[in-house]
Amino acid sequence: MPLTLSATSVFSDAEFAEVALRKTIAIKVETMKRIFTYLLTGILLGGFLPASFAQDRGVTETIIRNATVLTITRGTLTNTDVLIRNGKIAGVARNLKAAANARVIDGTGKYIMPGIVDCHSHSMLDTINEGSLSVTSMARTRDVLNPNDIDLYRGLAGGVTTLNLLHGSANAIGGLNTVVKMKFGRPVEEFLFPGAMPGIKFALGENPKRSSFQPQPGQTRRYPATRMGVEEVIRDAFTRARDYQRTWAEHRAAVSRREKNLVTPRRDLQLEPLVEVLEGKRLVHAHCYRADEILMLINVANEFGFKIKTFQHTLEGYKVAKEIAQHGAGASIFADNWSYKIEAYDAIPYNAAIMTRAGVNVSMNSDSDERARRLNIEAAKAMRYGDLSEEEALKLITWNPAWQLGIQDRVGSIEVGKDADLAIWNGHPLSVYSRVDTTFIDGQIFFDRQQDLAKRADFERERAVLEAAEPNRPPAGGTSPRTPRGRRPTHDDDLGKGETGEVDHR
Amino acid sequence: MKAEFGMQNAECGMRGAPEGRKKVASGKRSAATGSQLPQAPRPEGARGLRTMTLMAFLVIASFCISAAAQQPGNPTTQSGVTPPRGVYVIANARIVTVSGPEIENGSIVIRDGKIVAVGMSVTTPAGAVTINARGLSVYPGMIDAGTALGLVEVGQGASGTVDTSEVGDLNPNAKAIVAVNPHSAHIAVTRVDGVTSAVSLPSGGLISGQGALINLVGTSPAEMAVVPYAALVINYPRTSAGGGPFGGAQVQTDLTEALAAANRQLEQIRKMLREAEAYGRAQDAYAKDKGLPRPAQNIVLESLVPYVRGERPVIFRADRETDMRGAIKFAEEMKLKPIILGGDDSWKIVGFLKEKNVPVILTGIWDLPVREDDFYDTLYENAAKLQQGGVRFAISTGDTGPNVRNLPFYAGMAAAFGLPKAEALKAVTLYPAQIMNVADRMGSIEIGKMANLVVTDGDLLETRTHIRHLFIDGRPVPLTSRHTELNDAFKNRR
Repeated sequence: MPLTLSATSVFSDAEFAEVALRKTIAIKVETMKRIFTYLLTGILLGGFLPASFAQDRGVTETIIRNATVLTITRGTLTNTDVLIRNGKIAGVARNLKAAANARVIDGTGKYIMPGIVDCHSHSMLDTINEGSLSVTSMARTRDVLNPNDIDLYRGLAGGVTTLNLLHGSANAIGGLNTVVKMKFGRPVEEFLFPGAMPGIKFALGENPKRSSFQPQPGQTRRYPATRMGVEEVIRDAFTRARDYQRTWAEHRAAVSRREKNLVTPRRDLQLEPLVEVLEGKRLVHAHCYRADEILMLINVANEFGFKIKTFQHTLEGYKVAKEIAQHGAGASIFADNWSYKIEAYDAIPYNAAIMTRAGVNVSMNSDSDERARRLNIEAAKAMRYGDLSEEEALKLITWNPAWQLGIQDRVGSIEVGKDADLAIWNGHPLSVYSRVDTTFIDGQIFFDRQQDLAKRADFERERAVLEAAEPNRPPAGGTSPRTPRGRRPTHDDDLGKGETGEVDHR
Repeated sequence: MKAEFGMQNAECGMRGAPEGRKKVASGKRSAATGSQLPQAPRPEGARGLRTMTLMAFLVIASFCISAAAQQPGNPTTQSGVTPPRGVYVIANARIVTVSGPEIENGSIVIRDGKIVAVGMSVTTPAGAVTINARGLSVYPGMIDAGTALGLVEVGQGASGTVDTSEVGDLNPNAKAIVAVNPHSAHIAVTRVDGVTSAVSLPSGGLISGQGALINLVGTSPAEMAVVPYAALVINYPRTSAGGGPFGGAQVQTDLTEALAAANRQLEQIRKMLREAEAYGRAQDAYAKDKGLPRPAQNIVLESLVPYVRGERPVIFRADRETDMRGAIKFAEEMKLKPIILGGDDSWKIVGFLKEKNVPVILTGIWDLPVREDDFYDTLYENAAKLQQGGVRFAISTGDTGPNVRNLPFYAGMAAAFGLPKAEALKAVTLYPAQIMNVADRMGSIEIGKMANLVVTDGDLLETRTHIRHLFIDGRPVPLTSRHTELNDAFKNRR
């Protein structure tokens, strides 16, 4: 369990920062005392939750025996063994041989599926939106990763292993993404998905035009305020990026001609990622709702000669499935989330099926730490609404999102040579009655229900000790200390429960 | 109350309504009625046929064909015509009665809105429309007791469509049944997934108003109402925001001050309830002795009288342990009949809830655990803990409307984490009916109960299952909604 070390750490949102700062100064002396006590308690108790499930580094070989294996690409195999060696899948067949010291797991009656890939997440991001400008391609999610986010662990317990961490949707062109493996408990560097294609967030519609936001007093209204302006912002940015690309190309050409007295062009961190988009080296993940926005971005992309890799949310994708398929873009969507705002009024749960039938690569994403834990249910909804097959439904959360992130050669199916990122379920993962027993990343266990249950008594004892510690004792008046919650909102688009929902934050 | 609204339950309201009346308020149709739908070619030519005769013919015709076949296009979903009652037989089905043993192969006879026969061998009445449900299962319709269905169309950016929160803190006379929009697109979207009834609740201030128990069919609130004034809603004052579906993301300032503020709020509620008691006594005394000074009529206090007398339940929104304990203590002090709505921390006070015999409507099964150091499955397991401890409970989505259709999957999740499957089914059928005091009329398949029935091709709580036939209040309801209509309009676009 990550400990709360200071008053500031309970506030993650910028709007709280000032309050937090004042509070911190006011109780500086007390805080130091508290930190000392916390640290001492922590050391005495030895170890927090993050370290708890990553202890099997020594294990190089694991065999899961006699399970039903949902390979995704090669059908469903019954009474089959899966052999994991050095973090990779080394065998998928009946009666495999394993080393004498291999960890053996009985998979009888269990199901193995690839680790779920969530193509739209804001987990472990300390902040989501750099909302000051309409083009923030210089901002990087990589700089704000918090590897101790407890919701990562909760996601692992839902069989998720890979996340596409996206910037928020406040800007027409947002910040850069980060693709991670959810190695909860490890240093942040180990999270980065090796070789994943870099990407960037775009956003269309209500969010970038800021129609639901009142500017703070003294703040000017941000451009754009219409869908016309959103298109113009993107075209303007790519026009500048194309110029910038030419400037560098001309410079390099001059250098190669060994011209004298050259002035190196000034680097532009805003335009560099857009040049990468133009050169096909960076994937575009575009938040969108309405059909017209989708067509707009396809037109802009065609004009500048780049490809959109995924439309995100794509609530009205079913209305323009043909055009999305023709462009070659994927769509990462929800089964729900209709009617919570105007531009979502036409969202339907048949979206996945209609687009799949039209030839679009479709994935189901969470965009929420909550939903991430039950993406299996979201996938099964595509069978309920639109009659996708079991295999098509499973692809929505495995192979398809892997393709959307350009990592389909590493994860997304159970095949020899692929990364051993998988989960053992106690029943068919498309059944609402099933849950995850064990989740592996690179062959190592990052969630195990039995271990989790076994540790609970220890955690309860630890909690009791911490609660009895001086800084945690209830203050005067009989009230309890504040829950260290202060988590950022669960969604970059405020999908709270109607008007009772949380603060809008994007 | 009776006189005021002219009905006490659906029976009265429905009986008065002409069967299959034309449409209501056609001039007031909002975007929700489907007027935005593109003029794409429609697969069925039935749309636009609006006369009662043809509509009835289509509905009946649809039930004459085999269970597996598609029903014809729906002329009624958005057009505002309530399907007629009649005599129907669901034959050769697996019948999951919920209250009694499962019938492997049996039939159900529906007449005038009620279940009149259930069993392995029932006599098919002459003239009945029979649905051959071989290979299919029949369940009672699900009930979500914690929604705002019909009160919110679009939560953000369209405040004109939101009718949940009145101005001010004390609004016992804000009645959901007055504002429920029968033509909300949410209604049909919800029912075609097997949720046939819901409690729609206001949510503002401290005393939010009165919730209604409605059937999800009908062209007027009167036709939908099962219990128009089903419960008073009180948001139990909290010392801390955050946590649970009703928590906000406010920054807490000073704990002592927050506690004092919460106590002041509770005192406001207490004062109003006491006034209502006094008002009720004064009115009673005057009724007995007209010689007394006539008390001025006050419709706000009058609306509270049945609640302060414990004749109707009071729903307290509370999630944290301290708030639930506080609410129950307060209800005891004021002699109210409490129900907890929310209940995230119920697992901590199972013994207390059992001892006080207070039912809990859990809305947080799918919520993230309240505290960072809660176990990952704390809220998944909450229902199982209550069930093991003998606490009365029901499962709800707590959703305003659009996602109430997920109700079966909330129950399924609870079953994945320890709640027996049969209990999970009860938690969305019989238990909410019991908690809302309508178990004599709904919540299971029994003779005499309202014919709210769902015919499925599989387990009702499974995501992959399809709903094949639907009856609400004995009316065969087409399986169409705004979503199926958009699907039909676009699925073949090439």
